[in-house]
Amino acid sequence: MSKMLLEVTDLRKHYPVRAGVLRRQVGTVHSVDGVSFSLGAGETLGLVGESGCGKSTVARSVLRLVEPTSGQIRLDGEDITHLSKTALRPHRRSMQIVFQDPFASLNPRMTAGDIVGEPIAVHGLATGQALEARVAQLFEQVGLRPDQMRNFPHQFSGGQRQRICIARALALEPRLIVCDEPVSALDVSIQAQVINLLIDLQKQHGFSYLFIAHDLAVVAHISHRVAVMYLGRIVEIAGKDELFRNPRHPYTQALLASVPIANPLAKKLAPLVDGDVPSPVNPPRGCAFHTRCRFAMERCRTERPVLKGNEHQVACLLNEGTGRGQ
Amino acid sequence: MADRSDLVLDVKNLKTVFFTNSGLFKAVDDLSFTVKRGETLAIVGESGCGKSVTALSLMRLVPDPPGRIVDGSVLLEGTDLLALNETEMRKIRGNRISMIFQEPMTSLNPVIRIGDQIIEAVRLHRNLSSREAKDIAVEMLRLVRIPEPARRAKEYPHQLSGGMRQRAMIAMALACRPALLIADEPTTALDVTIQAQILALILDLQKELGTGLVLITHDLGVVAQAAQRVIVMYAGRKVEEAGVEALFAAPRHPYTRGLMASIPAVPAPGVAAPARLNEIPGTVPSLVRLPKGCAFAPRCPLAVKRCEAEYPPLTDWGGGHLAACWRAADVAEVA
Ligand SMILES: Nc1ncnc2c1ncn2[C@@H]1O[C@H](COP(=O)(O)OP(=O)(O)OP(=O)(O)O)[C@@H](O)[C@H]1O
Ligand SMILES: [Mg+2]
Repeated sequence: MSKMLLEVTDLRKHYPVRAGVLRRQVGTVHSVDGVSFSLGAGETLGLVGESGCGKSTVARSVLRLVEPTSGQIRLDGEDITHLSKTALRPHRRSMQIVFQDPFASLNPRMTAGDIVGEPIAVHGLATGQALEARVAQLFEQVGLRPDQMRNFPHQFSGGQRQRICIARALALEPRLIVCDEPVSALDVSIQAQVINLLIDLQKQHGFSYLFIAHDLAVVAHISHRVAVMYLGRIVEIAGKDELFRNPRHPYTQALLASVPIANPLAKKLAPLVDGDVPSPVNPPRGCAFHTRCRFAMERCRTERPVLKGNEHQVACLLNEGTGRGQ
Repeated sequence: MADRSDLVLDVKNLKTVFFTNSGLFKAVDDLSFTVKRGETLAIVGESGCGKSVTALSLMRLVPDPPGRIVDGSVLLEGTDLLALNETEMRKIRGNRISMIFQEPMTSLNPVIRIGDQIIEAVRLHRNLSSREAKDIAVEMLRLVRIPEPARRAKEYPHQLSGGMRQRAMIAMALACRPALLIADEPTTALDVTIQAQILALILDLQKELGTGLVLITHDLGVVAQAAQRVIVMYAGRKVEEAGVEALFAAPRHPYTRGLMASIPAVPAPGVAAPARLNEIPGTVPSLVRLPKGCAFAPRCPLAVKRCEAEYPPLTDWGGGHLAACWRAADVAEVA
């Protein structure tokens, strides 16, 4: 197997739930509950799932923005799970993040040029004219004009602000960029511009994306492989085409059937699941999806399925016997 | 003209303006459309194109100041809503015309039990005993498929999940069996699987009750799956209108065409995904400083001199397929 840029093994992040005057712990939120995946160099792994399923917590744990409860994160083979702040510093350069809200994530009092140049200055990589030139180059790479460096965030449109965030993420020449819903706040026509930009930049620089979104079509477009999360766990992971053409997990199937297709002649919406996502506080025992699953068997209520398979992995007891779920 | 007796809504030349610090602008400009009984009309377009202001105008809920409806008529079952005073309008709002919002808490009161809110809405418009109103409330909650409706009726909004709250809001909006329901991005804030449930629910109920529906969305998937007719708006104006199949088969306006090509699709068997999405270059113009001619011209690959100088009239290209574009005849030929 080729060397992996990022390897996440059995990652867990649990938060205590406290209540009452004494702030006694009354439960545990299982935000991330045993997630494992790997990401190759130059590859894009899409992470999809509904709100609260733990996508963003996975992203933030990978970057060590939140401390995982347990599990291991390896970057380039090196275990970074417990590195101290100083020891982590060189690795911080190689991992960057782009957030959903291009409005909230930019300091309104800094010029766009300073925002993009800041990480370069902080890491002491360039100053003065050299810094200026590097920032201008980054502006051009993301489709902004260098003369816009002097403008403030409010003078940019939503799509342009997201370009500023991307330029800032590129500044340190990272090898991994975590994109947490990077286009969700943008209009469709602008969304397309940003998606194309991300794909072009990957082709030029060869970095990897961990791409998080709730929009399956966007994920399908940009990813090489896709992982589907439900209540803190990955329930299915496969190559993009394989996953979308041959979804095996009943949840993946339901998710796909819920996407309205932009073709009036295509099949009408057929919701395959009832009910809501259960709370991640004290989630269901066994398979977390069994409360909404059309195929749930007795075993599913008690036995927790694990991811099985090689290229196409599914965590579903129904799939275990037959190799497929229908 | 087709039979007009089954028209629920007939909007003519609606114009709504805002007076703001940065200047006066027309959020909705010269907009006309109709909705029949039981029909779903989708209004689609990007952020700020005037979809919500259109909805608020129909409901007579445009905040004044800064906004004002300055022209046009809105005939609901033959009555011009724009000619009514606020007392008269209150008798119609929530009764003959209702609205559901993206965020259910805009119309649910957090400190009143769900059931009581529906009872209140019903008794405002109908002379019913509290017993009768209560039965209707529970019946409505059952209709929107809330499990154990009698028990849920006694709960407060915060005790319900997002999807359940959306159902409760729909129950309230439909309690008086309105002739017209306006749904402004009713599923946008919900998770995909819940989105599909709620959309299917709205369409089922609409069919069952024969309500006319104005469905506002930016999601072309929702449009394709839900609407019979579609209006595409750009910068406050209707730039295209057509039956849903005609629109998706052969859009006439370059903006509509561009939008359709810019949305990524979930891979389907036997369909090769395009490597790149189509981009519409540039951004939506500011409404305060709209170009003189077609507002889309600065972003349009087909624009010619005339587009910059003169606003194109809405032209019927056959079968009620309207488009406002000087180059509409050539749009089909340019891939
Ligand atoms: N209360 C208000 N005061 C000033 N301007 C307003 C007000 N409400 C809306 N507008 C402006 O009117 C225009 C149309 O807004 P509208 O809310 O109808 O857009 P929309 O199509 O619903 O967009 P979205 O998809 O973002 O909901 C926008 O330029 C908006 O900024
Ligand atoms: Mg709106």
